Amino acid sequence: MANFENVEVTTDILLCGGGMAACGAAVEAAYWAAKNNLKVTLVDKAAMDRSGAVAMGLSAINQYVDINSGNNTVEDYVRYVRNDLMGIAREDLVYDIARHVDSSVHLFEKWGLPIWLDADGKYVHEGRWQLMINGESYKVIVAEAAKNALVKYGHEYFERVFITTPLMDGDRVAGAVGFSTREDKFYIFKAKAVLAAMGGAVHVFKPRSTGEGLGRAWYPPWNSGSSLYFTLIAGAEQTCQEVRFIPVRFKDGYGPVGAWFLLFKSRATNAFGGEYMVERKDELAKWGEYGKVKPIPANLRNYLGMLDEFEGKGPIFMRTEEAIQKIANALKDDPKAYKKKMKELEAEAWEDFLDMTISQAILWAGTNVQPEEKASEIAAAEPYFIGSHSGASGAWVSGPKDLAPKEYFWGYEYMSTVKGLFCAGDATGASSHKFSSGSHAEGRAAGKAMVRFVVENNTQPKVDAANVETLKKEILKPMDLFVEFGAKSSDPNINPEFMKPKMFMFRLQKIMDEYAAGVTSGFKTNKAKLERALELLNWLKEDSEKLAAEDLHELMRCHENIQRMYQAEVHVRTILFREETRWPGYYFRNDFPAIDEANWKVFVNATYKNGAWEMKKVPVLSIVN
Amino acid sequence: MPSYVILEKCDGCKGQDKTACMYICPNDLMVLDKEKMKAWNRAPEMCWECYNCVKICPQQAIDVRGYADFVPMGASCVPLRGSEDIMWTVKFRSGQVKRFKFPIRKTAEGTAVPDGGYGEVTTDLASQCLYNEPAALKLDALPTVKK
Repeated sequence: MANFENVEVTTDILLCGGGMAACGAAVEAAYWAAKNNLKVTLVDKAAMDRSGAVAMGLSAINQYVDINSGNNTVEDYVRYVRNDLMGIAREDLVYDIARHVDSSVHLFEKWGLPIWLDADGKYVHEGRWQLMINGESYKVIVAEAAKNALVKYGHEYFERVFITTPLMDGDRVAGAVGFSTREDKFYIFKAKAVLAAMGGAVHVFKPRSTGEGLGRAWYPPWNSGSSLYFTLIAGAEQTCQEVRFIPVRFKDGYGPVGAWFLLFKSRATNAFGGEYMVERKDELAKWGEYGKVKPIPANLRNYLGMLDEFEGKGPIFMRTEEAIQKIANALKDDPKAYKKKMKELEAEAWEDFLDMTISQAILWAGTNVQPEEKASEIAAAEPYFIGSHSGASGAWVSGPKDLAPKEYFWGYEYMSTVKGLFCAGDATGASSHKFSSGSHAEGRAAGKAMVRFVVENNTQPKVDAANVETLKKEILKPMDLFVEFGAKSSDPNINPEFMKPKMFMFRLQKIMDEYAAGVTSGFKTNKAKLERALELLNWLKEDSEKLAAEDLHELMRCHENIQRMYQAEVHVRTILFREETRWPGYYFRNDFPAIDEANWKVFVNATYKNGAWEMKKVPVLSIVN
Repeated sequence: MPSYVILEKCDGCKGQDKTACMYICPNDLMVLDKEKMKAWNRAPEMCWECYNCVKICPQQAIDVRGYADFVPMGASCVPLRGSEDIMWTVKFRSGQVKRFKFPIRKTAEGTAVPDGGYGEVTTDLASQCLYNEPAALKLDALPTVKK
């Protein structure tokens, strides 16, 4: 076996991940833990300043309920999310995040995040729930507060340690293992409570760009399904694993469209100048009560645009030139004010990309686009797993005591069905539309609940040393395989005894794209296709034993792709189980082409234990009328 | 090629235990060739073009060339990130240049106080309020529902 030194860390509270949710957990848990003489340890696979989904920055905060203004209530937010997800949402979780999120946003502002203010000093709203920010350093600022909290109270954090597998003591989580991506060290973290906040999953499906642009996923390519894998392997029940998210964004660069649609009030039109949102309005009536609500659910908006594409009416254009002219034209009688406004709009349009999707700015510059003069293409991207956005995939967790129906409550909010294993951000399911700010707020709430759990269950779970050695051997196996067989062929990547993680990922992506409703199959699938996907995934699973790595970086890639593979499998199994089409703009079951409220207005939950899958329906219980 | 290292400017962050770009890359792509003392991006096709390596490089030795499979050549976006602002120089394929300056933070680096100055408002571990709530919410009480 590869010679990796064991590093053992014993702690009370282990936070796995370093993104928005984990940083939220850190600021809150650090305080309560110190008060109760407990230790917090955070582990990030990258550098906290620029890790997670907000690593590049963001140009908007998408969840701010603004309760204090009296304009919105928490209940309003719950109704909005419930409708957007076609009735399938954990209202207790959505409510809890929504009632805490404003305090996260207020903290961001105090920490130094520039939030746009109007002439009266009030936040500038992009839409009802969205705030405009100068967010280039959003993550740097949030990470700084988290690190300051950890240091202030004598806790610790590790960077460049990649967590792979949970440690278990019977039905209770006992910690986690992983390895350094910088030196030959195997980490064994022993903890009384563990948070999974390791993001969603990208590159499970074949992306539209497969050359250099492979990395230009909408959500970052380092989100590899670590949360799903970690919680699934621990035995935690999963929910909404069919509810993938497909963003419609500026084509290829995947620049954000929110500011254009919401702030600049832009229209999207097809090749013939038609507006799918107008021309296809009648289609909405097929999707039950959700086709009648405002705003129209994200997946239905997607679907109407997709119908245009399927009929050869693309490209779809975001009419930036029209939107900007319309705003500026209000000032057309005052040339000086007009010029100033145009300049301001131009800067806002470019900042929107430069703060969060710089590739889109290069694409505009590379194609000489001046948004005030020329429209730009938008398109549906490939599917992603992102429970924090308009997707919903994640673990099934307990709600808070004062909000959760008794069926959804087992003692500690955000604790999964595994004792001591908590989730936040993309790791938690059925609590969509929390975005960056809500993930932070949810992390804070989970962080506090974890301290309460440890105070009430203050024993160190047992960790079986022999089991740790077995795990170590399995985790390092790709390096051993390369050492054993690498010399057998002329090309380090082509060898009869092993495969490298990159081709493994391409094999996974091809299966998902062609059989599980990816881009090239027009987001459509059926039972036979899904069963074929499972057959192919099974061979892939067998071959995952033959993944090989030349170095630590490739070793991480091997495990990231194993994580993606399990994300793929739980997705396929859940789509297969749900015999209806509920989110037509995310995926379409051609064998069950309609919504079926009588039989399927339920959560579908999945569990994986001892190599066997269990799928079940769970009732949707409402707390807000 | 996404991010690439300009060989004549990169000094391998000599004197440091690791290069700035290796430290920051969220996807673990930047590596140092210790013989040449030059950093390089080992998997440009996994690069998100997040520009964190470009922004952090003390030598300004990293640039991005847009993804060649869909971006026509000749454009660039070059950032200069200070402590309060970031300045962007956007060069178009046509040769046109635009400059933009945006704020990045309103406080001095390192000074983020975890409680945001709201203090320890709730000290009861059993309460649904987080430790600086309800003050940090700017509300008198945390909202709840009647069951």
